[in-house]
Amino acid sequence: MATSLESTNVVKPDILRNAIGNVLSLFILLLIGILAFSIRLFSVIKYESVIHEFDPYFNYRVTQFLIKNGIYDFWNWFDDRTWYPLGRVIGGTVYPGLTLTAGSLWRIFNSLNIPLSVETVCVFTAPIFSAFASWAAYLLTKEVKGTGAGLTAAILLAMVPSYISRSVAGSYDNEAVAIFALIFTFYLYLKTLNTGSLFYATLNSLSYFYMVCSWGGYTFIINLIPMHVLLCIATGRYSSRLYIAYAPFVVLGTLLASLVPVVGFNAVMTSEHFASFLVFIIIHVVALVYHIKGILSPKMFKVAVTLVVSIGMVVCFAVIAVLIALVASSPTKGWSGRSLSLLDPTYASKYIPIIASVSEHQPPTWPSYFMDINVLAFLVPAGIIACFLPITDASSFVVLYIVTSVYFSGVMVRLMLVFAPAACIMSGIALSEAFDVLTRSIKFQLADILGDSHSGVGDAASNSRNGVVQNDVSKVNKQSVGDKNEDTSKERPSRKNRKKEKENMEKVSIKSRIEKRLLVLPFETSIIAVFLLVLLGGFYVIHCVWAAAEAYSAPSIVLTSHSHDGLHVFDDFREAYAWLSHNTEVDDKVASWWDYGYQTTAMANRTVIVDNNTWNNTHIATVGTAMSSPEKAGWEIFNSLDVKYVLVVFGGLVGYPSDDINKFLWMVRIGGGVFPHIKEPDYLRDGQYRIDAQATPTMLNSLMYKLSYFRFVETDGKGYDRVRRTEIGKKHFKLTHFEEVFTTHHWMVRIYKLKSPKNRIRGKSKKSKSTPKASSSTSSKRASTGKRNPWH
Amino acid sequence: MAKISIFLTVLSLIPLLCTSFSPENPTDRRILVLLDDLALKSSHSIFFNSLQSRGFVLDFKLASDPKINLQRYGQYLYDALILFSPSIKQFGGSLDVAAVLDFVDSGHDLIVAADTSASDLIREIATECGVDFDEDSAAIVIDHTSYAVSESDGDHTLIASDYFIQSDAPVLFKGIGHTLNAANSLVLEVLSASPSAYSSNPESKLSSPPSLTGSAISLVSVVQGRNNARVLISGSLDLFSNRFFQSEVQKARSTTKYDKSGNEQFVTELSKWVFHERGHLKAVDVRHHKVGETAEPAMYRITDDIEYLVEIYEWSGSSWVPYVSDDVQIQFYMMSPYVLKNLSTDNKGLYSTSFKVPDVYGVFQFKIEYQRLGYTSLSLSKQIPVRPFRHNEYERFIPTAFPYYGASFSTVYGGILRFHDCVPVQQVDVGKLTLLRELEDTSTFPEKF
Repeated sequence: MATSLESTNVVKPDILRNAIGNVLSLFILLLIGILAFSIRLFSVIKYESVIHEFDPYFNYRVTQFLIKNGIYDFWNWFDDRTWYPLGRVIGGTVYPGLTLTAGSLWRIFNSLNIPLSVETVCVFTAPIFSAFASWAAYLLTKEVKGTGAGLTAAILLAMVPSYISRSVAGSYDNEAVAIFALIFTFYLYLKTLNTGSLFYATLNSLSYFYMVCSWGGYTFIINLIPMHVLLCIATGRYSSRLYIAYAPFVVLGTLLASLVPVVGFNAVMTSEHFASFLVFIIIHVVALVYHIKGILSPKMFKVAVTLVVSIGMVVCFAVIAVLIALVASSPTKGWSGRSLSLLDPTYASKYIPIIASVSEHQPPTWPSYFMDINVLAFLVPAGIIACFLPITDASSFVVLYIVTSVYFSGVMVRLMLVFAPAACIMSGIALSEAFDVLTRSIKFQLADILGDSHSGVGDAASNSRNGVVQNDVSKVNKQSVGDKNEDTSKERPSRKNRKKEKENMEKVSIKSRIEKRLLVLPFETSIIAVFLLVLLGGFYVIHCVWAAAEAYSAPSIVLTSHSHDGLHVFDDFREAYAWLSHNTEVDDKVASWWDYGYQTTAMANRTVIVDNNTWNNTHIATVGTAMSSPEKAGWEIFNSLDVKYVLVVFGGLVGYPSDDINKFLWMVRIGGGVFPHIKEPDYLRDGQYRIDAQATPTMLNSLMYKLSYFRFVETDGKGYDRVRRTEIGKKHFKLTHFEEVFTTHHWMVRIYKLKSPKNRIRGKSKKSKSTPKASSSTSSKRASTGKRNPWH
Repeated sequence: MAKISIFLTVLSLIPLLCTSFSPENPTDRRILVLLDDLALKSSHSIFFNSLQSRGFVLDFKLASDPKINLQRYGQYLYDALILFSPSIKQFGGSLDVAAVLDFVDSGHDLIVAADTSASDLIREIATECGVDFDEDSAAIVIDHTSYAVSESDGDHTLIASDYFIQSDAPVLFKGIGHTLNAANSLVLEVLSASPSAYSSNPESKLSSPPSLTGSAISLVSVVQGRNNARVLISGSLDLFSNRFFQSEVQKARSTTKYDKSGNEQFVTELSKWVFHERGHLKAVDVRHHKVGETAEPAMYRITDDIEYLVEIYEWSGSSWVPYVSDDVQIQFYMMSPYVLKNLSTDNKGLYSTSFKVPDVYGVFQFKIEYQRLGYTSLSLSKQIPVRPFRHNEYERFIPTAFPYYGASFSTVYGGILRFHDCVPVQQVDVGKLTLLRELEDTSTFPEKF
């Protein structure tokens, strides 16, 4: 009687508690989504609703094209306004996921009679998807460690600065949707692994397809999942669930991936994908072995194993030898440059300057970790430990995820973005476990204290100390392990191994129950620890909001600076692009360093020679060579490319550090990589890059120097460069083949026009011999009219 | 009613009137003549009269006239300029070297005549056009072998030259020589000195070898700028004079005596060329389309067969006549010509060809760079993008892939078969097994008996 009453007492509040918990977590998730969305709106509030930076402008332009012309024209789009005269097959070289997503969003809104501009949709795509990403993180972490950890991970991810940096409103880039796709794919993989359901396996492949559509980072998935499968097999955790999670994923995923035009045959041809096929073979061998083991007697099995292993080894060696020979015959060993620089961080700087030249391909500095993930850096180790207590398939996957992503983030600062979700998940687990332990011990001792002082008051107090502990423990079990048990029992069809698994779980839960009983901390310590953890969380929130508001919201197309006399806004880029679009012919070609290519095509609608899609190294090297050459040689190169205008970015007047002079050495390097007459040492004085009087003549005569510093001395009379903090080396010079047509308000963008070839070829002038009076008079006269006459 | 009909007829005449004032007449109309001395007007009257009789409007001014104005409100008042003022030190009015050069650079024509007393101003204009007069200001071209026999002159500075031209009679020349830069492709010498000529001061003794000798000395040169502006530079003003036009010529050591020098013919033909009465081409109506179509597409696909047409006419001095030649070439160009082909002509001015777009996509140009001596250069380029195949323009089934099609279809078929037979096979198996047992039973049955 007493036991039955107690059981009903326990069960009824549990159902209620579950219901309340579910509603609560739904509500919390909604709030997390709103938080993730709204923390990314600082850029819109502080600046305006604009597309940021460089690549997003291209994506924006592509989206406009998609919406205007439909999906088939987008797929077959041959763009003749970039990479003149080569053109670019946009449909076949772009990851269409982001564009299609935004296009569909726009279409949905329009069909609901919500007339949004394409730009608005593009600006807000990233915040919307970061809300999705935090929900996906919740799902993923829930698969690993339950709801509490899931919610914590979701809230951490919603405002991790690293992710904010790539997904503020206006940052309309592939990563914005790809991170969601990445996490969601991992979630579905774990879900399949936990349930063994073919339904989730298929969903997983579809989610992988979306990821392949969205970002080149899909290779991380196609390598991480095989690694995990291999790990599971190696540690003897092979199960049919693992097989179901992996085999359909590889087959369907590869088929789907090869449907994306930009990937195409790469899905089966490049080394990035080989790991998945190798593991695919291995898992089949292992499955076969397990199957045979079940059929044969142990003795027969041993014989079979020796037989198969000896034959199999020979075959394997033969196949591997052929494979290695094939792979080795290709110059890059079948790896793309970016992937190679991941494996060998020094590869790019040695061989491919164009990859090394991109700032986001540089290795990060230590402070950037504290900037980008802040306190998570301290919580991650705790999370890893928590994942080992006890280790499951899912938690081992998360551990593998964080280990690999830490490595990759150390190679390339851009991949901090892949690391951040892992860090959030780990920290979520750590925080949730810590709170679990601490609150339990507080509750345990609180009940003790309460029970001592006010006996007979309240439900809990009436129970004995033992009962409370049991109740508590059972609740904890329900939350952490039992939850999963319920999930699995609900969703997994009755299978042979289910029972075994459940037994396993039971064993684990009993073990943890014993452990948990021991894990009771002193009351004061717990209180202080909880307080400290909350404080830590508070610091994290403050840091994240600061990062979102101050550090990562600048659109980089509009710059601001605070000085003693107030806020300065530098809107020079848009000024220059607007000038181009209003004052030049539609078919005119504008040459600039590739950084500004996307913006020029999107904002000025003019044909460019090179842009941020660095697919043709030779073409970029040609532009680099032109910029590094003397004026005449540069003019000849540009003229041969039908260039009408040359655009340079110059920060010397206002102190804008990422201008073309600071990027100039990369132009020299990239140019010299293809055209050996450009030699980097010619531009360096004793290994130092300088533009002052000590600079080398090659440097001072280069086209880039001349275009940047033309008439610069007229600004302050000295030619003091605020970025390099020095006076420039050559102050007074004239341009013979270029004429300045536009310089923006703060001199940040300067546009030059190529003079057309002279109408007449001058004779050999021997003016010095002829009477000086006449020549001087004419030259002075010409100087007065000089600006108009293009020949002098 | 009558008014309206008149109005309508006038209205219908407007297009006709418009065509009569066609801007497409490349010949110059208004010419400014700057003289050192108004006496030149009469001493060179044959030349000027011939110009006027050809329809040119001449505006004579002293070079030092303070009211000289080449342009007003940004519009040039003249189409051409004749500088018969070799000794002028500085032009009057707003004219200076830069203004003259601007005038040429904006596509107008120029005749410059220097003389023994050529000023630095004239020399500089010539230098800017690519002609270097002898630096020695007192130097004159002297030729002791091909001089013209004359009664007064004993220093052999009056030269009868027939180099470089086909003329009935030699051309008389007296003045300074110049040189051309061999690398200069825009300038062309039309009258050169004989190999025995040299340039020096006839008054003084020759102390050192003269700097200009032989046929390196040019006497008259023409320049055609990249914008087709034409310039004639002569080292002699007398070349244009009535005296030279009408004088008899007898070359030294030659028995043939010509009643009239070749000057008039020479100068007339040259002035026709300079003022765009001759050798002026125009290309109109550039079209291209796919073979079998007429509409001009915005973009071609690789391996399209296309047709290119252009009409080229030559100005005859009064009307456009078809230009006939077989060496007009079309380039289909992207960084380098992918297709280079001669255009065929129908002798009525229409040039056409057809070719296959190369199997390379990119932004191509139809380019015609036609530069022939004596003609204005034709430089046409028309940009056209060439795209790759669309996704549905590839062949659907290719023979080499048939094994794969076969494999996939057989797999599908096998799959269907297996799916179809899956359940019954097992049932049959069970049935068979039971049957077998029964058979066993039955077979063993008799032995018991």
